[in-house]
Amino acid sequence: MFGNGRNGKNGKEGQNGVSNGAIIALTGIRKVYDTGAVKVEALRKVDLEIKRNEFVAIVGPSGSGKSTLMNIIGCLDTATEGSYRLRGEEVAGMSIDRLSDIRNRRIGFVFQNFNLLPQLTAFENVEMPLLFKGAPAKERRERVETLFEQVGLADRMQHRPVELSGGQMQRVAIARALACEPDIVLADEPTGNLDSAAGSDIIGKFEELWAKGHTLVLITHDGAIARRTRRIVHVQDGTVVDDAPAA
Amino acid sequence: MRALALIARLFRSAAKIQRKRMILTVTAIAWGTVAIILLLSFGEGLKRSLQTGRRGLGENIVIIWMGETEKAYAGLPAGRPIRLLPEDVDLVLASVPEIASAAGEMHNWNVQLVNRRTALNKRVVGVHPAYEELRTSYPQSGGRYIDEMDQKLKRRVVFLGDQLAKDLFDGADPVGMTLLVADTPFTVIGVLQKKRQMGMYGGPDADRATIPLSTFEAMFGRRYLSNLVYKPTADALAPVAKRHLMEVLGAKYRFDPADTRVLEFWDTIEDSKMMNAIMIGLEAFLGVIGALTLIIGGVGVANIMFAAVTHRTREIGVQMALGARRLYITGSVVLESLALTFAGGAVGIGIGATIVQILAAVQARVKSEAMEFLGTPTISIPIAVTTVTLLGLIGLLAGYFPARRAVSVQPAEALRFE
Ligand SMILES: Nc1ncnc2c1ncn2[C@@H]1O[C@H](COP(=O)(O)OP(=O)(O)O)[C@@H](O)[C@H]1O
Ligand SMILES: [Mg+2]
Repeated sequence: MFGNGRNGKNGKEGQNGVSNGAIIALTGIRKVYDTGAVKVEALRKVDLEIKRNEFVAIVGPSGSGKSTLMNIIGCLDTATEGSYRLRGEEVAGMSIDRLSDIRNRRIGFVFQNFNLLPQLTAFENVEMPLLFKGAPAKERRERVETLFEQVGLADRMQHRPVELSGGQMQRVAIARALACEPDIVLADEPTGNLDSAAGSDIIGKFEELWAKGHTLVLITHDGAIARRTRRIVHVQDGTVVDDAPAA
Repeated sequence: MRALALIARLFRSAAKIQRKRMILTVTAIAWGTVAIILLLSFGEGLKRSLQTGRRGLGENIVIIWMGETEKAYAGLPAGRPIRLLPEDVDLVLASVPEIASAAGEMHNWNVQLVNRRTALNKRVVGVHPAYEELRTSYPQSGGRYIDEMDQKLKRRVVFLGDQLAKDLFDGADPVGMTLLVADTPFTVIGVLQKKRQMGMYGGPDADRATIPLSTFEAMFGRRYLSNLVYKPTADALAPVAKRHLMEVLGAKYRFDPADTRVLEFWDTIEDSKMMNAIMIGLEAFLGVIGALTLIIGGVGVANIMFAAVTHRTREIGVQMALGARRLYITGSVVLESLALTFAGGAVGIGIGATIVQILAAVQARVKSEAMEFLGTPTISIPIAVTTVTLLGLIGLLAGYFPARRAVSVQPAEALRFE
């Protein structure tokens, strides 16, 4: 069976990821890092389904495989074994460019260390996914401006990342993640480098996104943050050990 | 456009970090470009010099000397000398359709030429009028060459080599003047245009006097030709022309047309084919040396691009995570590599062209045989095209492999890079 806790209410709809509305469906996912001498089994037999407009926290001790899991969900890496269906489509075997397009249009990323390009202005950083999408200049401009208003940084668009605070950088990163209006937003410890006020502010933004219908997956080891989501998946030693609605 | 601007921005900031290496690499490419341009333009100069030098003898002509039979034929013994007559020129022209033009030539190696108090013993040749074009013996303006009327009327007219004219007339214009040729007064009708002559037999054309063949026969009591010069209708037909000529003359003089000792042929068409082959070899050799120098620069570019790609692994990872396709990443790396290569190439072409121009200017001033033989270094369009193509190729390759490495890692791995 897939998952645990939440499966009861819609298990009757069958195990097909599409028919029961699962946007993300991992089955028997295994990931082995082969670093020459040592092989690290970062994930072993992970089954996980996430439905549209869920707000999920992935928690677990350091080194348990959370980031590895998120990379696979985000098509940033491929599984060694197992099946991953994204919106009902098997990801394994997709071309590199197809995966790029999926990341471009379907998935937004927010990283712990922001990953903004320091040479570019905030505006240009947010514009990048739209460039890769091939959006015309006018559309890009309007979209980027809207996004900056949305994250409350309309007056910081021409700043370089170094001229922004951590919280502001993460808000730029959220704007960038939303640029191509993805269904899914993945965040790997987005508050890890922020003080608690800024962190709380960022989680507030995620709550807004969830309210707007986005599907959110959030890695954290901060219990307080996990409790603000709707579902908590516990990962340990490369596998899901607990999966329950947030209290 | 905007994507290009983005690439340029990222490139500039990477360039800042690797400035020293970049300058070194651009210098290496520039140096390679200078080397290839100099080598090729010297080759080109030499080629042109050889071409004009060979043109001095005549363009694609065949010169015949007379020998003796080696084989017995039709009851006649071997070792029989065969001598051609002036009328054989007409016979050959009439009977061998592959021969476009022909002229007979007789030599007298030691004839006294006297202009007032200047007396010189020089070579005098008698020729048919067609000799003018066959042996590129064109007159300077104000004069003319021997023509059909001169030949028909056995006129006492003389055409002087330019060096000889200078020696006899001390720089004055000799056209219309009288010159004593073996004590007989001749009228000078023209002076040879200065030409560079590399192939020659019996001395340079510049240092002899030429008179009509008919006049020569009468004056010196000669019957036989020293040489027969002809030009085939087309280079490719030269072997056919030769075979037909041997058949026609063999029938007349009763020798075996396959007898190779009867007539000796100097085929300048064969010569020029060989010369072209040698020149192509030389150019290829110089080109390869230049290209190798350039390739060394290219390795530098590739190295820098590898370093840049490694240095920017994370940046590339971010771009991939945001949906950059493979072509965008590889394209930007290759573009940067091309930019570096062509920056070096532009500097190199500038320096190379300047050096070539300076050398050409120096050479125009300093007159020496050796320099004249070497020719003027020349940048031809093929050289420019070759150089730019090579630069482009090297830039592409130097970018391609690092670019491939850049996209060979999973975005997740690239993002982990410190
Ligand atoms: N690229 C990699 N190469 C080798 N080992 C890796 C790599 N990425 C992660 N790991 C290992 O896989 C395990 C899970 O890592 P990770 O998914 O980053 O855990 P978490 O995010 O939960 O801290 C760890 O033991 C880590 O050292
Ligand atoms: Mg992690």
